Amino acid sequence: MDKGNNSGVKILVFSTEKISDPAIDLAGLLKMHYPPVVYTMIVPCSSAIKPRWIMHAFEKGFDGVFIAADGTDCPFSEKCTENTSEIVAQTHTIMKEKGMDAARLKMAAICSVCAEPFVKHMNTFVNYFSN
Amino acid sequence: MKNRIGVYICHCGSNISDYVDVEHVRELAEKVEGVILAKTTMFACADSTQKEMIEDIKSEKLDALVVASCSPKLHLETFRNVALRAGLNPFNYIQVNIREQVSWAHSDKPQEATIKALKLVYASIATVKHSKALKPIKIPSVNTVVVVGAGVAGMRAAIDLADMGSYVYIIEKEHFVGGRVSQWDNLFTTGETGREVISNIYNKIMAYENIKLFTGAQIVSKAGSVGDFNIKVEIKPRYFKPGAKVDPDKLEEVIQACPVEVEDDFNFNLTKRKAIYRNYPSEFPEIPAIDADHCTKCGICEEKCNDVDFSMKAETIEINAGAVLVSTGFDPYEPNKGEFGYAENDFVISLQQMKRLIELSPGELVFKDRKIKKIAYIYCVGSRQSEGPNKYCSRYCCTSAIYTALLLKEKYQGIKNIHLNRGIRTYGKQELLYNEASEKGDVFLQFDEGTPPKVSAENGQIKIKAEDILTAGREIEFSVDLVVLVTGMVPRKDNSIANIFKVPIGRDKFFNEIHPKLRPVETVIDGILISGACQGPKNIPESTNSALSAAAKANTLISKGDIEIEPKLAEIDEASCEWCDKCQVVCPYNAILKKDVNGKMVAEVNKANCKGCGMCLPVCESNSIQLIGYTDIEIESFIDTLAMD
Repeated sequence: MDKGNNSGVKILVFSTEKISDPAIDLAGLLKMHYPPVVYTMIVPCSSAIKPRWIMHAFEKGFDGVFIAADGTDCPFSEKCTENTSEIVAQTHTIMKEKGMDAARLKMAAICSVCAEPFVKHMNTFVNYFSN
Repeated sequence: MKNRIGVYICHCGSNISDYVDVEHVRELAEKVEGVILAKTTMFACADSTQKEMIEDIKSEKLDALVVASCSPKLHLETFRNVALRAGLNPFNYIQVNIREQVSWAHSDKPQEATIKALKLVYASIATVKHSKALKPIKIPSVNTVVVVGAGVAGMRAAIDLADMGSYVYIIEKEHFVGGRVSQWDNLFTTGETGREVISNIYNKIMAYENIKLFTGAQIVSKAGSVGDFNIKVEIKPRYFKPGAKVDPDKLEEVIQACPVEVEDDFNFNLTKRKAIYRNYPSEFPEIPAIDADHCTKCGICEEKCNDVDFSMKAETIEINAGAVLVSTGFDPYEPNKGEFGYAENDFVISLQQMKRLIELSPGELVFKDRKIKKIAYIYCVGSRQSEGPNKYCSRYCCTSAIYTALLLKEKYQGIKNIHLNRGIRTYGKQELLYNEASEKGDVFLQFDEGTPPKVSAENGQIKIKAEDILTAGREIEFSVDLVVLVTGMVPRKDNSIANIFKVPIGRDKFFNEIHPKLRPVETVIDGILISGACQGPKNIPESTNSALSAAAKANTLISKGDIEIEPKLAEIDEASCEWCDKCQVVCPYNAILKKDVNGKMVAEVNKANCKGCGMCLPVCESNSIQLIGYTDIEIESFIDTLAMD
């Protein structure tokens, strides 16, 4: 299969059903382009992401994992940012033990209208691996 | 594991198939193990396709379904219902978003878009194989709606909601109701004034016990979700005692005594008003207000009027509501300084200013000491910009300008109207106005966007030079007494409400519905609805129609007392669970209990409390918690398939 123009880079985005996924939809609606090597997977909340899922993605060949977090807009808990940060910290520890580049896992709060920030994040993230 | 899967790939007219080779995706999807049939369809959501799917599910005994089409936010329920009608459990269905997140996002790279679409379809097939048959769960909802904005749309929606049995809170930022409509005098087609329309609706509202109106009120925060929003509202002091009945003559005396003078927004800055004000006699609520932002609290009004009370403080109330209906209206486009002479030449005004000027000029039409007889209207100012930000047509301005021109002729002697337009768009019945204006001698010249009319001042006169494309680009030069810039609608400058409710904003910067035809008043945030001109230019009947639609939608959502939500609950593997309490600590809903199973302490999920957020998943060191719909096997199958080359 042809890998396109991004030299085989693959990014997995964990987006949240109510908050960040609508922003990613909005980016499409506004025809804001980002690299097609970005694949989105919906979860109910960014605090629900298991580190093993992230590590599984790396093991299977994803170059980067981006958590499009609920941030302060989380409909479930005010502690969402704190909890998601803890997941990232735990995963970074595992990555460090395995000698992996911590920059391969990124997290940013993406609210339901943050189409432009999402596109910027994706372009920067893909460029990091392409370069 | 499901092994009789049906896959449907939608063209979405050409929205998807212009960029994704849907036939190629179908051919490859058909070869995946477990896939019994794969079809492309012009519109997967069409009734005929839905029927075909139902027949396929029954005849092929399909046990799972994948539809690759638009965002699940649009049609998840449509295809779940298809499954249900065919006897298939709706949760054995997955919708793949290959429109918003593939064809539209990657329209610049069709080949890669096809690869991405194919991978997503593969991954969804892999995931749906592990899907389980589930039943939805129900959560209680409050039959209360917060309507934001007491304009014509908000108030009309409130009446319908109240009629249907909901308790309604109307939150209006201004001290008076009516929004933009209260600023208009006579309205086409009925000839009623804006005030009469607003008075009728307001009086009806006051008769309802289940409608509570707050003016001078602003929403400051929102928490919770559909069925159970908690909304904080800050109410500004009016500095007039509640229920005050001020004698009109006395009030006039108090207003005159106020030393503070500010630009009058109500009259689009044509006039000044005092800090103590009402916009017109008998404006609702019929209690004047003091503009706290400009009042110096000099005390003159308090001395003259016992009803003035500066001891009043701002207060904050909390409302528990099941749904929110945002009807915050629009702002008129304000031309830039120098745009056709605006704000540089005293005799260049906007259409909205002209409408107020008519009402403020009872005898003859005099503006800044000049008798106005000859008026030029320049259309599409700030609208239909091929280069600028406002690409859209506001649709109401052509009708409004022609109606205003006819009113001028009716009210004042010797008025001559010259309309410089870019093609008149008086759609529907409004076309009659265009005919009437032509018959009454109004002159219509048409210009091209690339060659707009030039407005200049010469010896106190306003000169206009225009190329009329209806007469082969002939250059016409004439002078007028007044130029009216026909401006359209733009989103409200104050966009704080969008931030609070996270209402998506579209390319035109107005609030964005999920779909203009299929879900025209819903937003992607469950329980947050929009109506009226806050979602795009609309005239009064169109705004009212959308308000009624939003009211019906809100009622359908919350009036039953409970809302069906996804049955995506946490499940505990008692065999591997070694009670550590981390899941209990992290759970925001007290949904994790501790229980004894044959002497071993393990976690138990209280299904009534679990909201399916999944926060307990990553904290479990023994990986004993799975979230239905997001189990390890489903997530990892999805990842495995996406990762394949």
